[in-house]
Amino acid sequence: MACKKRVIPGFSLSLGVTVIYLGLIIMIPLAALFLKAAGVGPAEWWEILTTRRVLQAAKLTFGASAAAAMVSVVLGLLVTWVLVRYEFPGKRLLDGMVDLPFALPTAVAGITLTQIYAPNGWIGIHLEKLGIQAAYNSLGVFIALTFIGFPFVVRTVQPVMEDLGKDIEEAAATLGADRWTVFWRVILPMLTPALVTGFALAFARAIGEYGSVIFISGNLPMKTEILPLLIVSQLEQFKYGAASVIAAAMLTVSFLLLLLINLLQRRMDWQHR
Amino acid sequence: MSISIQSLRKSFGSYTALDDLSLEVPDGSLTALLGPSGSGKTTLLRIVAGLEFADPGSGRIAFHGEDVSAIPAGKRGVGFVFQHYALFRHMTVAQNIAFGLSVAPRSSRLQAEEIRRRVMELLKLVKLDGLEGRRPHELSGGQRQRVALARALAIRPKVLLLDEPFGALDAQVRKDLRRWLRVFHDEIGLTTLFVTHDQEEALELADQVVVMRNARIEQVGNPQTVYDQPRTPFVYEFLGNVNKLGFGNDTRYVRPHEIEVLFAAEFDPSTDSLAQVHHLFSAGPVATLTAKLHDGQFLDIELSRRQLAELSLSVGDEVAVRPLVAERVR
Amino acid sequence: MNPRSPITESRAVRFVLITGAIFVLTLFLLLPLFAVFAEALRRGWEVFFAALEDDAAQSAIRLTLLAAGISVPLNTVFGISAAWLITKFRFKGRALLLSLIDLPFAVSPVIAGLVWVLLFGAKGWFGPWLAERDIEIIFALPGIILATVFVTFPFVARELIPLMDSQGNDQEEAAVTLGASGWNIFWRVTLPNIKWGLLYGILLCNARAMGEFGAVSVVSGHIRGETNTLPLHVEVLYNEYQFSAAFACATLLALLALVTLGLKGLIERWSGHSSTGN
Repeated sequence: MACKKRVIPGFSLSLGVTVIYLGLIIMIPLAALFLKAAGVGPAEWWEILTTRRVLQAAKLTFGASAAAAMVSVVLGLLVTWVLVRYEFPGKRLLDGMVDLPFALPTAVAGITLTQIYAPNGWIGIHLEKLGIQAAYNSLGVFIALTFIGFPFVVRTVQPVMEDLGKDIEEAAATLGADRWTVFWRVILPMLTPALVTGFALAFARAIGEYGSVIFISGNLPMKTEILPLLIVSQLEQFKYGAASVIAAAMLTVSFLLLLLINLLQRRMDWQHR
Repeated sequence: MSISIQSLRKSFGSYTALDDLSLEVPDGSLTALLGPSGSGKTTLLRIVAGLEFADPGSGRIAFHGEDVSAIPAGKRGVGFVFQHYALFRHMTVAQNIAFGLSVAPRSSRLQAEEIRRRVMELLKLVKLDGLEGRRPHELSGGQRQRVALARALAIRPKVLLLDEPFGALDAQVRKDLRRWLRVFHDEIGLTTLFVTHDQEEALELADQVVVMRNARIEQVGNPQTVYDQPRTPFVYEFLGNVNKLGFGNDTRYVRPHEIEVLFAAEFDPSTDSLAQVHHLFSAGPVATLTAKLHDGQFLDIELSRRQLAELSLSVGDEVAVRPLVAERVR
Repeated sequence: MNPRSPITESRAVRFVLITGAIFVLTLFLLLPLFAVFAEALRRGWEVFFAALEDDAAQSAIRLTLLAAGISVPLNTVFGISAAWLITKFRFKGRALLLSLIDLPFAVSPVIAGLVWVLLFGAKGWFGPWLAERDIEIIFALPGIILATVFVTFPFVARELIPLMDSQGNDQEEAAVTLGASGWNIFWRVTLPNIKWGLLYGILLCNARAMGEFGAVSVVSGHIRGETNTLPLHVEVLYNEYQFSAAFACATLLALLALVTLGLKGLIERWSGHSSTGN
């Protein structure tokens, strides 16, 4: 079927523009990255990826991202619940502000969070008294990633919660379930796919996050250095090969994770249909 | 302008939507494509309009003998009314109706003044004068339907195609608009093809009814013919209520109003069967009686309320039932 | 007092939950926002304005506007084209294309910068070729634009695709049967129906383009007064311990975020667009 007829015009034009642009801006550059990484050779991959510095950075990046995404889910669920279910003064303003971390440039978020959580900062000073060091520590990385992540959870769960019919809860109530049971057994299972999506989005974003983290983390190699920063420092030493290998590994892991979560979610969606 | 469709085939992947289908639509007729959902009727309509294409190498569509299969929808000269009207939401009624005229190539485009005159004429024709400044969301369903019709007619189409024209309307509006469309068609005399799944609509409105099922045409004929002389069991069952009776290998169809009810004393073994009154229902223009035959089969019978009163039956009574016509269909 | 509806919580539970949510939002959103302005003005208005009038700051602002002014229109054209392709036609590879459009969301900004260095950097694939011809891409404006385009690539398309999908193709098909050309269909039928969604997408794309840090940081080279965008200028000032100046410049970016959120709210109200996020 070489030339299939189409009713709405513009197929060839939009196909051409889309594919060429996608190719030039995304596919060729990413292919260049993987080619560069492949050119380094398997023995050296292993060497680069198993240095202690890389392993430590990977541990921090994935660990802090997972923890931040988890906490984002909890905080996001609380915020969404309150924004959807209750009326209180200032609600609309707060609802609009949830998108702030999307809109606020990451560098600004980075320096501001650092200032707040530094040992002499507004919050840092109190944490200091408790013996907790937030900034220049892995806790700081976690705080920054939670700031970046939790709007993803709110914005994914919100439409689903708004669409939950009252009738289902009413049905459960007439069947004698108390409020707590209704929440655990009826509402939460229906929100789970959205919560998983929110987790995945927050997690994926956190793994690659750079601007909001590098100020608060302190960037001590082996201690508070994240993978993206490690890539930058390799690049600054003109170690293109090492930078590409780390980047390619990072991309592969995040693509695989997203794929996995995607499959998981599709399965849950199907169960809840 | 007549429409002639010859051996059309259309498949979506492994699913066959139209299977070697041919049809003649006479000039000036109002033809209904009637069938259940999935029978291929909308696909056929869309292919006639040029919104869908038949499988390569299959079939041919001609308007008044001229092959239009290769002509794109915009140049085919069809007026198409969509099921949900597809009015341009951001335009006024007048702008909607004028759209087809205002996007014509500059060389053949009418003067603005002429376009406005044409729009006013059409508004009057569809009885919407005075509403030209409204937007679609400010109109009722029936009004939107007529705007869609006027918009389709504005380009002076050779044929008019309507997809489920009354599908999205309330019962009462539907009835009014149906009658209005019949009169309207007779006035303008444009060859019209419409899709419906409502047999009552097809029978009341059309000159010619095309009954479709499973990608094929079951029967073509005027309403009288398809109702009285169904060619297949499907047509029998799809058009109106029918009793389906089995006698061994033999299946007989009889419509509820084509059965006479007599006192058991008048029983004539050569034509009648004995039955017991099982249920009576007389709240409505006609009364319905369900009779149970001795072999256990049920028979729905329609009779006038006066007849029922004269028989003065009650549940459990024995009666004789006499089919007036008993069509046997394979 | 009326008995409580069976599907809501007791007053006490409601109070605790609302307070908790307000606490989280205040701590996470309002406090940082407030801190930007407080830090910027800590040493008075004079220092604040001096920081903004500084030559390096002025050049950073100009560069940021220029980079966004080029990348946003490019991605808008792409977004419209991709959304048209994905929503108006069914073809082989459509699902693949759809996921490829989302790909940049899963790529770290740093990697979005790195790929261009690998292609056009001094030791990159085309580096020597470009050096011979005196063409500068990395550590210059073209590199900054390429990095920005990569990072903001999906924004407009992501906003338009679900919108156009939900609107269906009926109106476009109606326009086809009425004889309209492709150009006419787009300008007179499709565009008026998607204008709010398009504006919304452009707004988000622009906010990200102007605020992008990681990707631009990799390709810019941090040449003061030349290749520093505003976020990079903030970084440089901060690392030089000029905190007040850094936060003064950061207020501009925070204002950009607030204006973006404000306009977004307005668009949602005008268009009935629900806040479904990115």
